[in-house]
Amino acid sequence: MRTHDETLPVADVPRTGWRPGAWLLILLPVALLAAMVALFLAKGEGLIGKAPIPPDALLKVEFERIVFRPGEILATVRNTGPDVVTIAQVTVNDALWQFAVSPGPTLARMQQANISTPYPWEIGDPVEIKVITSNGLAFKKKVEIAAETPRPSLRSLGVFALLGIYVGVIPVYLGFLWFPFLQRVRDRWFHFFLSLTAGLLIFLGLDALKEALEAAGKVPGAFKGVGIVLIGVSAGLLGLMAVGERTMGRARAGAPGDRRLALAYMIAAGIGLHNLGEGLAIGAAYALGNVALGTFLIVGFTIHNTTEGFGVVAPVARDGVRLKHLVLMGLLAGGPTILGTWIGGFTYSALWSILFLALGAGAIFQVVYELLKLMARDAREAAGSVANFLGLILGLGIMYLTGLLVQL
Amino acid sequence: MVHPNPAQYTGGRPAPTERQAPDALDPMQMLTTYDSGKVTRSASGEIQREYTLTAFDREIEVARGVKFPAWTFNGTVPGPTIRCTEGDRLVIHFRNEGAHAHTIHLHGIHPANMDGVLEIVPPGGSYDYDLIAEPFGLFLYHCHVMPLKKHIHKGLYGTFIVDPKTPRPPAKELVMVMNGFDTDLDGENEFYAVNGIANYFADHPIPLEVGEPVRVYLVNTLEFDLINSFHLHGNVFKLFRTGTSLTNYEVTDTVMLCQGERCILEFSYKHPGKFMFHAHQSEFAELGWMGMVDVRPRDQKA
Repeated sequence: MRTHDETLPVADVPRTGWRPGAWLLILLPVALLAAMVALFLAKGEGLIGKAPIPPDALLKVEFERIVFRPGEILATVRNTGPDVVTIAQVTVNDALWQFAVSPGPTLARMQQANISTPYPWEIGDPVEIKVITSNGLAFKKKVEIAAETPRPSLRSLGVFALLGIYVGVIPVYLGFLWFPFLQRVRDRWFHFFLSLTAGLLIFLGLDALKEALEAAGKVPGAFKGVGIVLIGVSAGLLGLMAVGERTMGRARAGAPGDRRLALAYMIAAGIGLHNLGEGLAIGAAYALGNVALGTFLIVGFTIHNTTEGFGVVAPVARDGVRLKHLVLMGLLAGGPTILGTWIGGFTYSALWSILFLALGAGAIFQVVYELLKLMARDAREAAGSVANFLGLILGLGIMYLTGLLVQL
Repeated sequence: MVHPNPAQYTGGRPAPTERQAPDALDPMQMLTTYDSGKVTRSASGEIQREYTLTAFDREIEVARGVKFPAWTFNGTVPGPTIRCTEGDRLVIHFRNEGAHAHTIHLHGIHPANMDGVLEIVPPGGSYDYDLIAEPFGLFLYHCHVMPLKKHIHKGLYGTFIVDPKTPRPPAKELVMVMNGFDTDLDGENEFYAVNGIANYFADHPIPLEVGEPVRVYLVNTLEFDLINSFHLHGNVFKLFRTGTSLTNYEVTDTVMLCQGERCILEFSYKHPGKFMFHAHQSEFAELGWMGMVDVRPRDQKA
């Protein structure tokens, strides 16, 4: 008998099953790789020649966070260059200033340090902090508007919670109030509104993706922000798909109404992830002092996000939905905003922001796909009708116009 | 740690000869250290002064903890203060041990081939400048190889004092070279200084005495910024522009100097205490061009 093995060079290896010894083979390339790395580290220049540029010309220090306390500015920096770096001097607004660095002025690769300067900053003024390394390279960061950084306290937790409620929770529930109207529209118009929802969601997803990529561009290159976006989008998309397979699959056995309810929950979850990322960004913007989060901006977010509530309930508009579900879906979609503002406001990390925005984008794209599938299944006429086309365009247009009110 | 240097010169650097560079720069010492040359007197009474200036590259500290890959005359930035009297014959033996071509361009009156512009000295090369010092006044010398602002801001400059034949009245004399350093090579100074180290005289006040006559030889070698200035606290000074006249131009407390401009200041303190002196461009002052004098009562020595 001719086996497949004979065509392979490893044909002589008897296939007697997976023995514990086989695990050693998995380590063979790893061991060789380790040996090669050790060799390079030991005599790197001898193997590849001297680099044309001395490494100390490529040193890099990047700012991660600037915190304002009364009479004090704290900067968190990271050595993202190829070599050890020593911080020798610090200027604030072009003046050499006293400073203290912890844990110490010399930073190993990727090491983080906190720089404290006793500077009498003025609220509302721009502040530029510059770090000068021992070899004279300068790295700076400007904060456009200085304002005291909120510290975690019951009061500030409350302020951030309110912020989240205003821009995340209330708008979603307000959007739900279109539910009675949606219940009364006729079939053709119902699909028009579903298309409109698809338009809203596509815009939202793309917006989240754009924000994630923008944030990815701002983090130190060593963190590979775009990679985090890719992981986030994939995880959001496939994760929600897996959840969808289970819930929708179970719902498939039941009434079509159950399937639509499951879809509504999925939309709520996708929007929730997006709002978590948005909350992070809002909290961080508020905390970083990059923006005075004015009334106008809060109003803008509120109007913009009302469309989200509409998007959640549109698929279930023809079914009666119990109040319990509406409450839960509202919390699922809007609640994460509060969590986001807390995380973003107190422990801002651009990486989390990127991840959640990307997760949200992936989840929303998945939801759009499910929505289109549902429409195609339900449609008596082709999903590509003029009404659907207009609905989609209108959805995009609404998001565009309300988006004009929001500029972080 | 060496900054990237365009590899224009590949011939191998000559072995260092008479390097007597101090380990660390001492701006305080530079205030009062002069190189009067090796003096020989001819039968007819003419004075000849011989100097040796060697250009070489070395790393210096320009602010606490900040190293700068400088191009130096005799290992210091600014280079040694060349001092002579009007009418002296000067012979300056210049040797270039740097990685780039350099010259010595002196301000003042001299023949064209002693001007240090066209007679470019390649690495490993040497040149003898031979001239009569005239007129009296406060001058400077610097490398004149292009790119000029690069060769100057890297540190190739120094003070050149030509005393009048009848000496100026006795005084405590201080040489202050106002300079700056563009450590990240972006065309702007990161640090401003007097005699090479930012904030040095803020940390080490210059000791003076009440009533003691003081004469400051002030030289501006700043690059990138068009002007520099000097402001003295708690006092006014007689200003002798370029030092070419023995009559003061005015009495003031602040003087502004363009790139390469010099002046002599004369003053004495009426009151004891610590007084500041600094560039009146606050930006420069806060980036290192700030110092103190510590004026002690007459009977009290440091």
